[in-house]
Amino acid sequence: MTISAKNFRELRLERMRRDFGTHNALKDISLTIKRGEFIALLGPSGCGKSTALNCLAGLLPLTGGSIWVDETRIDHLKPEDRGFGMVFQNYALFPHMSLRKNIGFGLRMQNKPKDVIDAKVEEALSLVRLSTQGSKLPGQISGGQQQRVAIARAIVVEPPLVLMDEPLSNLDAKLRLEMRAEIRRIHNMIGCSTIYVTHDQDEALSLADRIVVLRDGEVRQVGTPQELYARPAHADVAEFMGYRNILKAEAESEVNGMLNMRLGAARLSGSAVEAMSGRDVVAALRPEDLTPSKDGPITASVISAEYRGRDFYGLARTEDGMELWFRSEIAVRPGEDLRLGAPADRVLVYPTRAA
Amino acid sequence: MTTTMQSIPLSPPAEPDRISLSQRLARRGLDVTTLLLVPALVFVLALFVYPALYGLWLSLHPMKANGVFGFGNYLSFFSNPYIYGTILTTLELAVPVTLINILLSVPIALRVRHMRKQRLLTTILIIPITLGTVLTAQGMLNFYGPLGWFNRTLMVLHVIDSPVRLVHNFTGVFLSQIVSGFPFCFMLILSYVSGIDPSLEQAGAMLGAGPTSRFRHIILPLLGAGLAITFCLAFVQAFSVFPSAVLVGAPSGPTRVIAIAAFHAAYEQYDYSMGSAIAIIMGLAQIIVVAIVMKASTALYRGPAAGGKG
Repeated sequence: MTISAKNFRELRLERMRRDFGTHNALKDISLTIKRGEFIALLGPSGCGKSTALNCLAGLLPLTGGSIWVDETRIDHLKPEDRGFGMVFQNYALFPHMSLRKNIGFGLRMQNKPKDVIDAKVEEALSLVRLSTQGSKLPGQISGGQQQRVAIARAIVVEPPLVLMDEPLSNLDAKLRLEMRAEIRRIHNMIGCSTIYVTHDQDEALSLADRIVVLRDGEVRQVGTPQELYARPAHADVAEFMGYRNILKAEAESEVNGMLNMRLGAARLSGSAVEAMSGRDVVAALRPEDLTPSKDGPITASVISAEYRGRDFYGLARTEDGMELWFRSEIAVRPGEDLRLGAPADRVLVYPTRAA
Repeated sequence: MTTTMQSIPLSPPAEPDRISLSQRLARRGLDVTTLLLVPALVFVLALFVYPALYGLWLSLHPMKANGVFGFGNYLSFFSNPYIYGTILTTLELAVPVTLINILLSVPIALRVRHMRKQRLLTTILIIPITLGTVLTAQGMLNFYGPLGWFNRTLMVLHVIDSPVRLVHNFTGVFLSQIVSGFPFCFMLILSYVSGIDPSLEQAGAMLGAGPTSRFRHIILPLLGAGLAITFCLAFVQAFSVFPSAVLVGAPSGPTRVIAIAAFHAAYEQYDYSMGSAIAIIMGLAQIIVVAIVMKASTALYRGPAAGGKG
């Protein structure tokens, strides 16, 4: 008897839509999720990612579109009839039930025989490494342990799909890293599909097979972590993926996708992500790619710098008042003048979005 | 930086008997702020403890025995069925009223919790409390009386041929107690229901529990202790029924509740001593019921009704 997800091929969201009054929280979200995939819904707060998850769970009705599991339409079903697992941000463990009772709740609701329930609960407890704690109440264990119980409770019923709503946001940094690995291990072991909502790009990058970037209720980009990291499709996705320097620039000439730009007084080359139409562009640049060099095109003076173990990260300001986040392997001090530069293939150039 | 470590002599740990009295008191949680308790304490002593003890003293010095210490009042209470029967009459009224109010409140509170116009509804429900029992009784006399709207409408519709007796009997007091007791029960239960984290019910739904199972396995156990408290408070309120028993009841017969017996003894027969004895018995009867309910509720879960540390 092992815990393994029920069979299905894919979950399809077709133009899923949710309005709150006149506010469009989700605008025509379409997405196909294959069995066994780990999908991260990534976006800043208020982008609609939790709304999307609640719509999938059935906790919020859709105002348009449909949800399909293979050939079955499920968006009219109540949450209890969908059979998905969910891990809540605040864990939502039943405070009056022991951990065993909590984990066994879903199986009891399915009227499984008692010996089956007991065996599965023990298996789930050992899967989340809490075998010795089963008779405690949720209030008697730590946050990290509560989180593991919440995961065990969601997966023990072998749902085809597990929904996770920022499950690690209440944990401290060290525990968060541990639980991240744990979640991925459990996902691989039971072979379910997981949809994981987070605002933390590191979490999304390290956990997901594919990342869906949401912004203002719209899907901005869907791709593997590598694709998103190396080539964000939009400037705002780039900003979210760690491109901390988002700089207004003026395009001067283009050769084979390489673009020469004027950045205030400085000239910089970058690679265009999509075809440019006007002269106004936005250059996106990670702090780690902007480093001091003898022939760096940008002159700036250091405002602040902090030591991060192997190198320094700092903020510098050009004469035009442009602020730049940079990295340096040698020590820099506030007030010091630097020449900063970046390789052209690391400078991504986007057209300015019409406001 | 210079170090001054060597210049500091290593002092021995302070001996316990050197600690001042104020420090020792502070360790037990007593300090100057404790004095803030004094006004409240004086208040409670003067307005509750002293009158209660005085009542007890009075009751133990029966007027019939010319104020000599004795249990005469208590003996005569329990030897006269017309008087001791009032306990049963009051229980017959108070227990069903309390239970009905709680049974009505729980489902309504569960609905109202998710409503947007919650404040409007709660305001409407509070009105019976603010009006007081006398006005409610007056309204009931007009509405449910033999010539009231209720009976007249039913007669016009030919549902009944002669007026139904709904006031000046047990039913009248019963209805009045429900009208005035319901808002109290409802508000208390609503606050307990609102204290249950909604994500718990959502978690139940995600695990396949339908509305009935969610209520049975999640809401009810978390509400249990709150229901017990509500029962006790509402019961005590219903048990001390007096105005409605007189105004819409039959105070000499079917709704002769214990408060009426006490009033009758003290202010119609001018036997304060007997009145006090009845009041003390009334208090004991309430304490016994409350104690039974609280004892029974110790088995219930009484921790926080939230799902995690979030």
